Amino acid sequence: MMRFILPFVVFLIMAAFMYVGLGLNPHEVPSPLVGKAAPAFTLPQLHEPSKQFSPQDMKGKVWLFNVWASWCTACESEHPVFVELSRQNIVPIYGMDYKDKREDGEAWLRKHGNPYALVVSDTEGRVGINYGVYGVPETYVIDKQGIIQYKQIGAVTPKILDEKILPLVKELQAK
Amino acid sequence: MRYLLILLVCLLPVFSYAGQATDMAADPVLEKRMIGLAENLRCLVCQNESLASSHADLAEDLRREVREQMQKGLSDQEIIDYLVSRYGDFVLYDPPVKKATLVLWYGPFALLLAGAGMLIYQLRKRKSQVPEAELSAEDAQRAASLLEETPESSNQSKDKQA
Repeated sequence: MMRFILPFVVFLIMAAFMYVGLGLNPHEVPSPLVGKAAPAFTLPQLHEPSKQFSPQDMKGKVWLFNVWASWCTACESEHPVFVELSRQNIVPIYGMDYKDKREDGEAWLRKHGNPYALVVSDTEGRVGINYGVYGVPETYVIDKQGIIQYKQIGAVTPKILDEKILPLVKELQAK
Repeated sequence: MRYLLILLVCLLPVFSYAGQATDMAADPVLEKRMIGLAENLRCLVCQNESLASSHADLAEDLRREVREQMQKGLSDQEIIDYLVSRYGDFVLYDPPVKKATLVLWYGPFALLLAGAGMLIYQLRKRKSQVPEAELSAEDAQRAASLLEETPESSNQSKDKQA
């Protein structure tokens, strides 16, 4: 009897591992920044380059930090989610135009709508590296103390927004 | 023939342009050090390429970052620590031993031990299962006579066989 049970158990264990492996996305690398302070930066604003923005300005507020670019096709698919969210006035969305030309970024926002309270432009991608950005779009939820509480790699879908981001935002706002 | 031609046209490397490595540092020593370090780091975009060999935009930016940090006088370890703090252990081709990687590091040895254990167990079981053949008086006598044969004669018989 043991002769059959043991190989079967081994098979089941391997099958379970492989089944879980099938569902994993190798492009989703867990960020070590979650739970840590959002890296400081000072960048010019997209629309008014003479003005600057830095995350320290946001102390005391819960906010979303969305990294996007006009050359990023996945950004187009997630953009309506943010446009809709901005209408509800639940949480301010700050954008970072990543490795993009200023004109292209502005044109893209004119075309697709601008849900952002403010957009900064990271033309050289240096701040992106500091935030561990490796594929846009990426979205961070940052709490009142300036700690990154969540990072979404890839497009934010309505499901992710409703099930993960918004509950977290409400919880953090209540704190 | 026409299909063959179409196939051949399809094979033309029209779209094989993948961007050029544009970074050229003024300082060849530093460039060498940077490449040496980047060879042990993984590109996050094309995950099977090293940071040194990848043509991805991000890899280029990260090489620039590494180069700049080297110019600032940071040690290799400090630069690696910085990248790990931003991108996680994933950037390392040589993941450190920690709780999450215990299975990765010691799993194969555990499997090896389990296999060896199974083998020993099976061999012992088989040994106990094979009954010791009983020697009849006749067999015992034959065995004794075989053993008594002189080494020379056994050599001879070997020669004959050969």
